[in-house]
Amino acid sequence: MVSAQKGQVMVITGNAVAAYGAMLCRPEVVAAYPITPQSELAEQLAQFVANGVLDAEYVEVEGENSAMNVVLGASVAGARVVTATSSYGLVFMYDALQEASGFRAPIVMINANRETPGIHAVSSGQQDMISARDTGWVQIIVENDQEIMDQIIMAYRLAEDKDILLPTMVNYDGFYLSYLAEAVEIPRIEDVDGFLAPLKKQPPRQKLVPGLPIGCGSHGMEMGYVEARYKHCQALERVKGKVDEIDKLFGEYFGRSYGGQIEEYRTDDADIVLVTSGSATGTAKTVVDAKREAGVKVGLVKLRLFRPFPAERLISALKGKKAIGVIDRSICFGWKTGPICTELKALTADIGVVPILSYIDGLANLDITVPHIERVIDEVSAAARGKPYQDVTWIPMEE
Amino acid sequence: MVIKHKNIFKTESSWSNTDEKLLCLDTGSWRTSRPVLDKDKCNYCGLCALYCPPQCMKDAGDHYQVDLAYCKGCGICAHECPRDAITMVPEGEFSDG
Repeated sequence: MVSAQKGQVMVITGNAVAAYGAMLCRPEVVAAYPITPQSELAEQLAQFVANGVLDAEYVEVEGENSAMNVVLGASVAGARVVTATSSYGLVFMYDALQEASGFRAPIVMINANRETPGIHAVSSGQQDMISARDTGWVQIIVENDQEIMDQIIMAYRLAEDKDILLPTMVNYDGFYLSYLAEAVEIPRIEDVDGFLAPLKKQPPRQKLVPGLPIGCGSHGMEMGYVEARYKHCQALERVKGKVDEIDKLFGEYFGRSYGGQIEEYRTDDADIVLVTSGSATGTAKTVVDAKREAGVKVGLVKLRLFRPFPAERLISALKGKKAIGVIDRSICFGWKTGPICTELKALTADIGVVPILSYIDGLANLDITVPHIERVIDEVSAAARGKPYQDVTWIPMEE
Repeated sequence: MVIKHKNIFKTESSWSNTDEKLLCLDTGSWRTSRPVLDKDKCNYCGLCALYCPPQCMKDAGDHYQVDLAYCKGCGICAHECPRDAITMVPEGEFSDG
């Protein structure tokens, strides 16, 4: 594959970037219901269709549950589709999310992370995607506006791969990235066509066709159910290697890559490692650099793939480290540690029994600040030296 | 891990062809009464097949024949038949019922 030409650079918000990213992949059916902080994205996609920039059917649904069911129907009929949501919207399509993954429909959904119902919070947090972790979807978290663009293109390449066929959710921090304007290179549509072209060379996937009665997602009693679930889990395992492979191909073609399942930042010779995800990673990298200058051997792992959980890559990056600090922008009901930390602890047998410190921070639009991360690094360093430490810290509660 | 189970589905997801085995429980065993067709009254309009929820009314050329392996005995075909050609008869009246 030859390399792509340089695209136009625009200063636009994360929501607009997501709309451009989806448009460049030429979805044939779009159904999205506006919700803060994603509304601009739904509006921009509608504008693309109205202006003729995007040749797609835009279905104006009455809610998110319908949005997911519309794109699911279109997807099993063979169309490339896109939808987008956030928070209450994601919760409202919970049953449809599971239909989509059970049908193995290669839907791409863009989710602007926001807190979930119970305490009415129109504010940022990853609780929505975390709460949807058992729906069988692939879930990817990105850090900045350029990564939103690039990951949406990679998401189609992943979801529609014949070895995967799974719906894929691209997540970015609502309110932070959704409204943050950054300089983003918009790839040329011809180059996106080129990157997605291998999908067209695959054998056509099974489709619903009028007049040919066939069932999808049905008749799953007893062994049919077991077999479909087994294949689903096997496909999720294959996602891990495929994410790394697609990221590498993307890098060769567009000149930007992100590490695949996880990004390892200054981890090679690190004694202690921070685990972060999403937009807070940028701040954390700055603090890691400053602490390095001061002689602290600290590294950072950015979790990009949350489902499937990148166990093997995490073990390889964290094995032999003296202590680990995990910053979660959400909570895990029923466990005292944050969700990513709780899952990371399941790898203890392979990583080694070292202090793993859980930090809950950045809920409900509270910033994950430089002083917060400095504090985390100081405490994890002390734990690595054998000092007593606290298992879990809700940073905003202690300020 | 050794997988001994022979696949039911040819595809990754649970796609099933309705002309073949329905890949579900033996729904015929749920039935307490079965549709019996009076061929003299039937004019082959196909409404029974159109309304049948598990789609088990098969086209027999000049009438529709129920597939008793899947018919749950819901009676919708009998209710919808405009010529009252279908009667729901209790299973107890059949030797194979």
